[in-house]
Amino acid sequence: MALLNVEDLTVVFGGKDRADVRAVDGVSFEVRAGEVIGLVGESGCGKSVTSLALMGLLPPKGNKVTGKAIFDDGVNLLSTDQRTLRDMRGREIAMIFQDPLSSLNPVVPIGVQVTEVLARHRGMTGERARKEAEALLDRVGIPDPRRRLKEYPHQLSGGMRQRALIAMAVACRPRLLIADEPTTALDVTIQAQILELLKELVHQDGTAMIMITHDLGVVAGLCDWINVLYAGRVVETASRHSLFAQPTHPYTHGLLASIPRLDSVRGDRLNPIPGSVRDLLPWVEGCAFAPRCERVLESCVEGPPALVGGAHAYRCVNPFGADS
Amino acid sequence: MMRFIVRRLLQLIPTLLGLSILLFLWLHRLPGGPETAILGERATPASRAAIRKSMGLDDPLIVQYGRFLKQLLRGDLGNSLNEKRPVLDLFLERFPGTIELTVTAMIIAIGLGIPLGYLAAKRRATWLDHLSVGASLAAVCTPIFFLGYLIKALFAVNLGWFPTFGRQDTTIDATRVTGFYVLDGIMTQEWDAALDAMHHLVLPGLTLASVPLAIIVRMTRASVLEVLGEDYVRTAEAKGLTERRIRGRHVLRNAMLPVVTVIGLLTGGLLSGAVLTETVFAFTGIGQFAAQAIDNRDYPVMMGFILIIAVVYVLVNLIVDISYSLIDPRVRVR
Ligand SMILES: Nc1ncnc2c1ncn2[C@@H]1O[C@H](COP(=O)(O)OP(=O)(O)OP(=O)(O)O)[C@@H](O)[C@H]1O
Ligand SMILES: [Mg+2]
Repeated sequence: MALLNVEDLTVVFGGKDRADVRAVDGVSFEVRAGEVIGLVGESGCGKSVTSLALMGLLPPKGNKVTGKAIFDDGVNLLSTDQRTLRDMRGREIAMIFQDPLSSLNPVVPIGVQVTEVLARHRGMTGERARKEAEALLDRVGIPDPRRRLKEYPHQLSGGMRQRALIAMAVACRPRLLIADEPTTALDVTIQAQILELLKELVHQDGTAMIMITHDLGVVAGLCDWINVLYAGRVVETASRHSLFAQPTHPYTHGLLASIPRLDSVRGDRLNPIPGSVRDLLPWVEGCAFAPRCERVLESCVEGPPALVGGAHAYRCVNPFGADS
Repeated sequence: MMRFIVRRLLQLIPTLLGLSILLFLWLHRLPGGPETAILGERATPASRAAIRKSMGLDDPLIVQYGRFLKQLLRGDLGNSLNEKRPVLDLFLERFPGTIELTVTAMIIAIGLGIPLGYLAAKRRATWLDHLSVGASLAAVCTPIFFLGYLIKALFAVNLGWFPTFGRQDTTIDATRVTGFYVLDGIMTQEWDAALDAMHHLVLPGLTLASVPLAIIVRMTRASVLEVLGEDYVRTAEAKGLTERRIRGRHVLRNAMLPVVTVIGLLTGGLLSGAVLTETVFAFTGIGQFAAQAIDNRDYPVMMGFILIIAVVYVLVNLIVDISYSLIDPRVRVR
């Protein structure tokens, strides 16, 4: 049974004097207990908005969230009250953000920022909480944790800060961890270490994880299941194996081609998809990716394509593999 | 931390020295020279010459300055021309009243300003927000003596809820210990005297608080709005912390940084506000005293007042720097 079942999640930003923006447009996916899934897509495709909606952390005004996100066959995260959500956040569902420096409070010692979660959800205070915090920092690979607890964020390196944030996130052994581009702000070498750490932690604790990234390379070694998003919709969803073996949607193809390869000749340009997410078609008129698509047909702009195919599904009328 | 404070204290020395030079030059360059300040404008040339000689005004400037500085360091500010008594004593007698008044004003301004500013930010674009922004704009724009008279006319004269003038009702025969009337009343357990002194503080305190209150509301509002959008507040929310925790530890603590600086500046500025407020409410303090001194051209008293304002500014700034570094660890390292 699924730990989290997201059904038709839609987030529309709008205001009195702004046009509505459908940042997330009918996204459905499920996360099983202990499973790692990826949400992949370019900047602006609605990854962060999806995760914030699930956490109940979207701004209180100026947006409308519809759909369902059933957690553990019980609460609907999208419609439950803030009190229940507050009790769940940090305990059942935790989140890690992109920029570790700005995500830490600059004027509060690391130790306090760790122990406050322990106090809130596990009722730990004083020496017990301090000991546990020390163990947590140790667990995420921060050397000399006792000293680090007293330090402030600006005294830590970028990688250490992200480790500290991970320590806070796993402090209560949540059942679901949402990681929103946790390595984007870090050096390449550190990125690999952080991904390795996350993989290890969720494996040890049996935590399910939603890994959000724009880099298919990141999900390649990590995720059991991958959802590719474009302009707020899932355009392809498949197991890792199936997706990498038979990428079907032209957009997924483009993303795969843009992964930097170790064996590529220096100076070789990566193979980015031409155009940007800005050149999109509203989904109601046809496939949003059509203006950038190399396989575009006339039928692509005759209405929104449906999600088709069995377990490995895609939203395309002229997918790869269709003509071979 | 100790080293930080010591360093800051040492940095005060050049500031104060510079100030003493300015004061000295000011006195020296008064129309007619210091002797006019002492003798008045209609003194005879003979008495002028005599006093110039006795005060050593014909010595080189640097020697005169040295003498002036020595006197200052001894706390000797000269004699009041009007009352023929040492300026320092006169100020010391009136200082407690002003301190009580400014402390009251700051308690009102901070105690109301921060919560109001926070609420205005949290309930952005609601009636509460508009009201507090509008009211604080009005408060900053209203001249303080006008506001003082208005408050006095309404609450003291018309409604009669508060006394119209002074620090203590004349019918109360209170024992004086420190000169701080509220404190005296508490120490001697003469509760009616303490209460009466507080009662006298309300309207002048409110008047004096108006400008700092308005500025603190606006600063807090702007600062909280900015902090609410910070990533670390979202992290705190993601941890499921209670609203109270988030407010205190994550929002206010960071939002207070710019507010603390402003509070420091405002506290220094309160003494000038006290001149008007004390005059409107016939409240015995150094502000009222300074106002009289200006009327009477009592230069030694004016000089004393300037000196006090400067020293208060410098000290308050020191306190601001220290509290700033207590809140923000990044300052300490630098
Ligand atoms: N508060 C908001 N008000 C209006 N529009 C918003 C708001 N937040 C996000 N959006 C819009 O929603 C869309 C999706 O944004 P989102 O942050 O989810 O992108 P993302 O996939 O996380 O991109 P990135 O890789 O840059 O983090 C964007 O077009 C963005 O402009
Ligand atoms: Mg994002």
